[in-house]
Amino acid sequence: MANDRRGDVPGAPGDRELLSAADVTRTIARIAHQIIEKTAGDERAVLIGIPTRGTILARRLSAAIGEFSGTAPEVGSVDVTLYRDDLRRRPARALEDTDVPDGGLDDRLVVLVDDVLMSGRTVRAALDALADHGRPRAVQLAVLVDRGHRELPIRADYVGKNVPTSRDEQILLLLAETDGVDGVRLQRGAGAGAGSGEAAP
Amino acid sequence: MKHLLSVTDLDAATATGLLDTADRLKQALLGREVRKLPTLRGRTVITMFYENSTRTRVSFEIAGKWMSADTVNVSASGSSVSKGESLRDTSLTLSAMGADCVVVRHPASGSAHRMAAWADRDHGMTGTHTSIVNAGDGTHEHPTQALLDAATLRDRLGSIAGRRIGIVGDVLHSRVARSNVFLLATLGAEVVVIAPPTLQPVGIGQWPCRVSPSLDAELPALDAVMMLRVQAERMHGSFFPSSREYAIGYGLSEARAALLPGHAVVLHPGPMVRGMEIAPSVADSPASAVLAQVANGVHVRMAVLYHLLAGAPE
Repeated sequence: MANDRRGDVPGAPGDRELLSAADVTRTIARIAHQIIEKTAGDERAVLIGIPTRGTILARRLSAAIGEFSGTAPEVGSVDVTLYRDDLRRRPARALEDTDVPDGGLDDRLVVLVDDVLMSGRTVRAALDALADHGRPRAVQLAVLVDRGHRELPIRADYVGKNVPTSRDEQILLLLAETDGVDGVRLQRGAGAGAGSGEAAP
Repeated sequence: MKHLLSVTDLDAATATGLLDTADRLKQALLGREVRKLPTLRGRTVITMFYENSTRTRVSFEIAGKWMSADTVNVSASGSSVSKGESLRDTSLTLSAMGADCVVVRHPASGSAHRMAAWADRDHGMTGTHTSIVNAGDGTHEHPTQALLDAATLRDRLGSIAGRRIGIVGDVLHSRVARSNVFLLATLGAEVVVIAPPTLQPVGIGQWPCRVSPSLDAELPALDAVMMLRVQAERMHGSFFPSSREYAIGYGLSEARAALLPGHAVVLHPGPMVRGMEIAPSVADSPASAVLAQVANGVHVRMAVLYHLLAGAPE
């Protein structure tokens, strides 16, 4: 099995593989089943990704839900950059796509999708952004990796994998759409190049 | 980016970055219940206008307000300028009051540069390192107008690189023309300036554009045509025999507009003098992007304020 090759990652010395490509696919399928179970019958549920990898995950989750239940929920994305609380700490950043389904979010069940959950500050910003787009019936949170170190009272409803980490480690989440390959890796120390998550200081 | 003074300070990547940010801001605000972003909470933006303006002043104010900045408008009449206060003293005063950004329009070319130099030198004295945005300085530059024109062209044509864009009319007195020639050239467009010889500025030979005296000859090959207002208030002399003669030679009449290719876009920075540089039927035709320019103006100015004020100080 693919996940027997942990730690054997080409070109990234010191990395530890947490999820292989096959694991990522399986994990997404499992979250999809959980979402179906928890939102059963809600045809107006909508998956909103936090760009860029959250949006990709939302699309994949929607496809998986469509495959298992017959109805793929709508997908959108909400850029949270304009709502972040740390804008003044770094040079101005480029903005990402915002794409809310026609008809808005009023009275709909929104499943917010992100790749890595850490401090919870990105999710806080996303909740504020959603509130400006409308008034959802409820908001749930799905993440592929929860690495701990919460700084706000925020908890995910669907978690792909819980990974205990130390603060000086980085989670490197790779998706075929942006990185050519699926996988989740743990890197020690600073200097993670590609990948994403709230790992950056 | 600390100040926005001239489009010649922008390379293609920076300019494209500003246009992308403007697009994303437009997206983020589309169809929303609450048209307000928290991004610039606690920042103060002062617009300081020594010349009249509707579009520029209002769109900077809206841009600031939509991003939760505190915006204050000062106009020369009704301020201490009418008591004889110098530009430098006014500038220091606004900085000392905590202005994070001053948007300035002034009849003297180079005034925004002077204010930026004072802001950089004297921020120890005033306590605030103010960002200066040039909203039009004399006959020199109007960078946000060029950026919003570029945004409109990119929207309508899909791209700017390789497109042929004509700029027509009173180029001599037009800061809009100067900013557009340089910005569009930076973005890879082929710019043609079409003006009577009396309304071409000295040194236009060094600009990154071709100069042509004949509008009719150029129209069939243009992807976009930008008509300029004849700036009577800056004309101290006779540059053409009569407005009727100007309209005949350089006005975009209905018959002339018919020479443009089907996909071509008609721009005008406003305010338009209908019947002079542009016929009313052309200004209101589907080819005209005049109102799109105005709408894009707000998003482009939001993008400028975002890049100047949202991030960490450099």
